[in-house]
Amino acid sequence: MMGYGVHLDVTSTEIGSMEQLTDQAAKDLDSAFPRIVVLYGPTIFTTALRVSQQSADAEDLAAETFVRAYAALRTYSPKRIRELKLRAWLVTITLNLWRNQLRDASRVPTLVQLDSTGSRADPTTLPEQRALDHAGWGEAERLLDNLADFERIPVVLRHVVGLSYREIAMVLDCPVGTAKSHVNRGMATLRKQLGTKEEGSL
Amino acid sequence: MSIKEPDGEVTLLGALTQLRVVPPPNFTESILARVGITVESDQYVLVDGPTGTLFVAFNSKGINHLSLADAAQDRGQFVEKHRERFGRPVILTTSAPAGLVPALRHGNGKTLTYDLGGLSDFERDVLKKALEIPKGEIRPYGWIAREIGRPKAVRAVGSALGRNPIPILIPCHRVVRSDGQIGNYAFGSEMKRTLLDREQVDLVGVKRLATLGVRFIASDTTRVFCYPTCSNARRITEDHSVSLRSAAEAVNAGFRPCKKCRPAEALSLFQGL
Repeated sequence: MMGYGVHLDVTSTEIGSMEQLTDQAAKDLDSAFPRIVVLYGPTIFTTALRVSQQSADAEDLAAETFVRAYAALRTYSPKRIRELKLRAWLVTITLNLWRNQLRDASRVPTLVQLDSTGSRADPTTLPEQRALDHAGWGEAERLLDNLADFERIPVVLRHVVGLSYREIAMVLDCPVGTAKSHVNRGMATLRKQLGTKEEGSL
Repeated sequence: MSIKEPDGEVTLLGALTQLRVVPPPNFTESILARVGITVESDQYVLVDGPTGTLFVAFNSKGINHLSLADAAQDRGQFVEKHRERFGRPVILTTSAPAGLVPALRHGNGKTLTYDLGGLSDFERDVLKKALEIPKGEIRPYGWIAREIGRPKAVRAVGSALGRNPIPILIPCHRVVRSDGQIGNYAFGSEMKRTLLDREQVDLVGVKRLATLGVRFIASDTTRVFCYPTCSNARRITEDHSVSLRSAAEAVNAGFRPCKKCRPAEALSLFQGL
């Protein structure tokens, strides 16, 4: 039996407001939508920033997520809106948009494709720009960005964005136990790299 | 496992949490503009309340938000809180909604109009019911639950009142525990006590009755029973006052429930006879 321990990291008041929000959105989308953007803006912007690894694109990606979400909600029945797990649903949209962007970019020869490890190997970025992007960012961020997508994304969703394993399972479309092991594997890699790196200094 | 940082050691998990960021300014506004939602700004005023200065926000539909202007909250914090809660900006004005100042002075919010949009139907029912409690009187949480037809939802009534966006005007402070304890309050129990003291609610008397197990007071001349703080109960002279421990006891002794304070469980028992 897999460990199906559901880790709900949200407080009960947040759950209350989520249910209320979907309920309000089902009744009157235009009055609920501003609150949806305010409430989930940080979650979606953080997700966008961490998966795209480029702060300039992250804002567009996050904004596009909400624009697409609005268009979809317009077509959903009230019942379907009430049943939505808003946060996981929005994060799923962000990841899909990001994957589509990567795919489209790879078809355009003038754009530099991210390599398979997802590292910041973009030679067109000016050194100053990279230094600026990195100003004040910690070691964890550098290591995280160097993880391969399949390890990085689960770690980002769980430990940066703070989704529950159940939500991650929805986003990654896998069982909860699998979501957990993805996260654990990513964390193990991070810890290993951290250990290797710090061996000399500690 | 740790990462060395200039300001000491942080755990890997802690470091990952630090990577949470907030969107740039105008993020929400630009998205709303793109999807074609026009957002009317709310306005707010600074007014004197029973315990000090208050922020009161409103729009064309009515008052929607009230908070304390004190050491713990400046204008910037109120504006930010408002935006988080309502998804709308709020701008300072000097013209208060009609009737706001007298309503605050007299402790009667019933005369004002409110915008309770964004709340659930249940929360709206609870708040509208709380609005009916007159100044100087208190009711138990269970009274609201019964009056709105959800007798078992006592705890939910408590949390709905706890999320009251317009405290003081919608007098959730007049709802207390049936055991005579004052109960929770968004601005702290002490503030609740202060507000009730200023409305001259006899909290000591209520507590003493509750300790004795007395829930209702009846008059042996009118044969009516009330909550102890009901204005009708307060008129009963000591010689004619009867202490009652439950609605069943009251009904069995031939009393009828007061039409003003409606000790509701008693009413339903009474109608069942």
